[in-house]
Amino acid sequence: MSNGSTKIMVALAGQPNSGKSTIFNMLTGARQHVANYPGVTVEKKTGSFRLKEDRIEIIDLPGTHSLTSYTQEERIARDFLLNERPAVVVDVVDASNLERNLYLTFQLAEMGIPLIVNLNMTDVAEKRGLKIDSEKLSREIGAPVVSTVGNRSRGKDELKKAIEMTLKNGQVTPFRIDYGEAMEPALSLLEKHLSGDPDLSERYPLRWLAIKLMENDPEAQKLIRECSKNGDELLKLVKEERNAFVNDQKTSSQKVIAVARHRTAEGIVETSVTCEKKTGKTLTDKIDQAACNRYLGPVILAATIYLMYELAIVQGYKITEYTWPLLAGFRDIVASLLPSEGFIFDPFFRSMPIWVIDGTIAVLNYVPIFLILFALIAILEDTGYMARMAFILDRIFRHFGLHGQSILPMVLGGLFVGGCAIPGVMACRAMKDEKARMATIMIVPLMNCLAKIPFYVLLIGIFFAGCKGVAMFFISTITIIIALGVAKGLSLTVLRSRPNAPFVMEMPPYHMPTFQGIMRRSLERTWLFIKKIITIVIVVSAIVYLLIYFPGISEKRNAYYSDRADQIQKEFFKETGANNPYADLLAGDNLSKFAGYWMDYKKAKMGAGKKDAKEAIDKKFRERNFAFFKIVKKGKYEVDGEIIKDKHAMKTYKAYKKLDKERNGLRRERREETIISSFMGRAGRFLEPVTRWAGFNWRVNIALISSFAAKENSVATLGGIYQSSQEDKEETLEQRIKKKETSWTALHALAIVLFMAMYPPCIATLLMVRVETGSTKWMLFAAFYPIVLGFIISIFVFTGGNLLGLSGFQVMILFYLLAIVFLVSMGLIKKESE
Amino acid sequence: MTLDEIKQDQECEVVDINFEGMVGQRLLDMGFIPGTRIKVVRNAPLVDPVEFLMKGYHISLRHSEAKLVEVTLL
Ligand SMILES: Nc1nc2c(ncn2[C@@H]2O[C@H](COP(=O)(O)OP(=O)(O)OP(=O)(O)O)[C@@H](O)[C@H]2O)c(=O)[nH]1
Ligand SMILES: [Mg+2]
Repeated sequence: MSNGSTKIMVALAGQPNSGKSTIFNMLTGARQHVANYPGVTVEKKTGSFRLKEDRIEIIDLPGTHSLTSYTQEERIARDFLLNERPAVVVDVVDASNLERNLYLTFQLAEMGIPLIVNLNMTDVAEKRGLKIDSEKLSREIGAPVVSTVGNRSRGKDELKKAIEMTLKNGQVTPFRIDYGEAMEPALSLLEKHLSGDPDLSERYPLRWLAIKLMENDPEAQKLIRECSKNGDELLKLVKEERNAFVNDQKTSSQKVIAVARHRTAEGIVETSVTCEKKTGKTLTDKIDQAACNRYLGPVILAATIYLMYELAIVQGYKITEYTWPLLAGFRDIVASLLPSEGFIFDPFFRSMPIWVIDGTIAVLNYVPIFLILFALIAILEDTGYMARMAFILDRIFRHFGLHGQSILPMVLGGLFVGGCAIPGVMACRAMKDEKARMATIMIVPLMNCLAKIPFYVLLIGIFFAGCKGVAMFFISTITIIIALGVAKGLSLTVLRSRPNAPFVMEMPPYHMPTFQGIMRRSLERTWLFIKKIITIVIVVSAIVYLLIYFPGISEKRNAYYSDRADQIQKEFFKETGANNPYADLLAGDNLSKFAGYWMDYKKAKMGAGKKDAKEAIDKKFRERNFAFFKIVKKGKYEVDGEIIKDKHAMKTYKAYKKLDKERNGLRRERREETIISSFMGRAGRFLEPVTRWAGFNWRVNIALISSFAAKENSVATLGGIYQSSQEDKEETLEQRIKKKETSWTALHALAIVLFMAMYPPCIATLLMVRVETGSTKWMLFAAFYPIVLGFIISIFVFTGGNLLGLSGFQVMILFYLLAIVFLVSMGLIKKESE
Repeated sequence: MTLDEIKQDQECEVVDINFEGMVGQRLLDMGFIPGTRIKVVRNAPLVDPVEFLMKGYHISLRHSEAKLVEVTLL
């Protein structure tokens, strides 16, 4: 079978949690390639290892209890075995649960691919006092049996050896289950008819196909219909046989087949396993007595969730304070390579790349959070606590079309104020219930991600100054209320036809996770995220840039800004005074050179902490350009231990400070004008007649639209639009907004905040939605429904509040109560039974 | 009687499964076949779902699924 350089495929199959991935890592040394199966969200892991002179490619199949076609995992595993025909299947079996695992083993054997039974977790079995006679077992199943302890790499060589032998010899004695007197004749008959069709007999294991047809498996029927010329005839025969069987036996064929498999497993376990000690209460039982306790359980759950939030979001955010300077440093390095800044007008090839880099590092900034988060999720998964979480919460979530497992994605997305929708959406992957999973993916972005927080804080600070706590509580809870309502709404409408997996959930024994295992998963998933997201974020933010800065302002306006720039420069030179040597020094090109120096110096000083650091910076800048240094030091510097007071430099400093301020003002003014006349700005103005009903003027519109690229922008854009007036005093953004929008009330703010709460997900999140749903349509839906919903809510609040003559605070309370009533009545809607 | 009616710490034996299609198949795959002994370990804090012990492993079902399993009390 093995010959030279051809690629040899070996598949790893097994029930969930039997240790497939561990065995995979053991065999490959964790050299792996993780990808998604096309169109679905189950990860496909491939890796390879050497076996003598052959290279073996190994595929880690998703864990399944059976091989029906009802769940995605089972379909994937089955289709892979059926269509790719690997040379060997290694069935990773949990030795401590042999009987249940054999149920799958039989089905793998039926697929007719040479099989190796890998008894994993033998250490656990031993601890439970189970003694498995692997030779007997091997004889019963007719396949080699290899014992391993995957997480300690025990049995690695033996497993490799078995693979080598099986590749050489093929299957010795194919295993057959006896399905009983009533079923076997039907199976033989079907097999005979199927073998008459070369299209089928060449490609598929016929006995397996016959069994599946008797099981009334929809995919098997489809296969016949598509592959066989006389498929209809065959299917008719199948139907007759099945009906005859049911009439005869008064029971369904599925039941008989499943019972035969379980009984066979029972028989094999009886002969090859001896149980040496009776197990009392296991540690898992003891833990669960607390963890699933009626009163203690929810408390432990809440504490766990809080701990995750605290470690990943809060502490992770603190780490970003250390990693951010690295990213910012990278940005500065790139910026220094780009064409330099103009006095008023920056060249396109400077501002565009910088914009794109800013957008990209804004996303990369969250990498520490992801690393922690994914590690914590891996711990929850590996220990087995995830199943308990679902167990405790399922009752509540089910009312809204969700699943107990929805809690984790929601927490990560920012159930408490502050999270990130990207890992939230990614965490939905673990959910088996397709309908609940889709609903969860759709509502996770409604949670309050970190980027929304500054915006809330800003508006609350202005308009709800007297009741900040209440307002913050309102925001963080109203989003949950709305999200649950949306989930219910979706599952009653667009998601109605999605399959609703039955809630049949294993509660695995608690496991102590290994450090390497956790780290590996965390790194793997973070890397997957970076690879997937970054390139697209770059492209999309470039497009947004064009929309915000183009078509640009007219020639005339440009000339106007140039004039004003000349003017303020002239004034500067007037102010420095005649006979000022520094004025000559700054003439011409040197002025913008000095501008760069000035900015660098300011930046360096801002970051410096201690006195030593400050002195070091001074030294550096002194060396860089002594003349400039004199100016930025306000004419006070040291030469040969003597302090010199340089009047000219002092004067130049003062004049430049004024120039700098005016220049910044001018730049901001020009930027604002560019944005207003841009495509985005036009959209903002165009929409004003409609958005007025929600209390948004065009300025807010622009801020809202432009924050689509990343919500971090919202406050920055507002800052740009509500620029400080030319007067000298420094005003905070709060004060500026208050001054400009004198007619604004708390009601305006409430409408805007609510819209922000419903704001569509950022680009990175949308891409993740695309990945997880495998559909562009759903991605677009995730982008648009929040806009519509947010807008409706804002209009309702603003116009309604105005009509009733209520204050912002009153409307807030009223809206909250209405939302709760609405939610409760939504929760009471029962889904119509199937 | 059906599995959802069994109280905590009681034990029962499966008689039959009254459902076909995905749910029925899944229950069969998990070992809910005539003769299997099942013990009710506990209810979730909000009563539903329920955790069972059978053949040495723990599994939880919602009441709506447990209703499909016909049992007799032991
Ligand atoms: N004690 C013990 N633990 C093991 C052994 N093999 C794997 N584990 C642990 O069992 C847990 C599950 O292992 P995985 O390799 O993730 O299982 P899997 O089959 O890939 O699981 P799914 O992909 O969810 O189907 C991990 O925490 C492993 O460290 C073993 O031989 N003994
Ligand atoms: Mg795995």
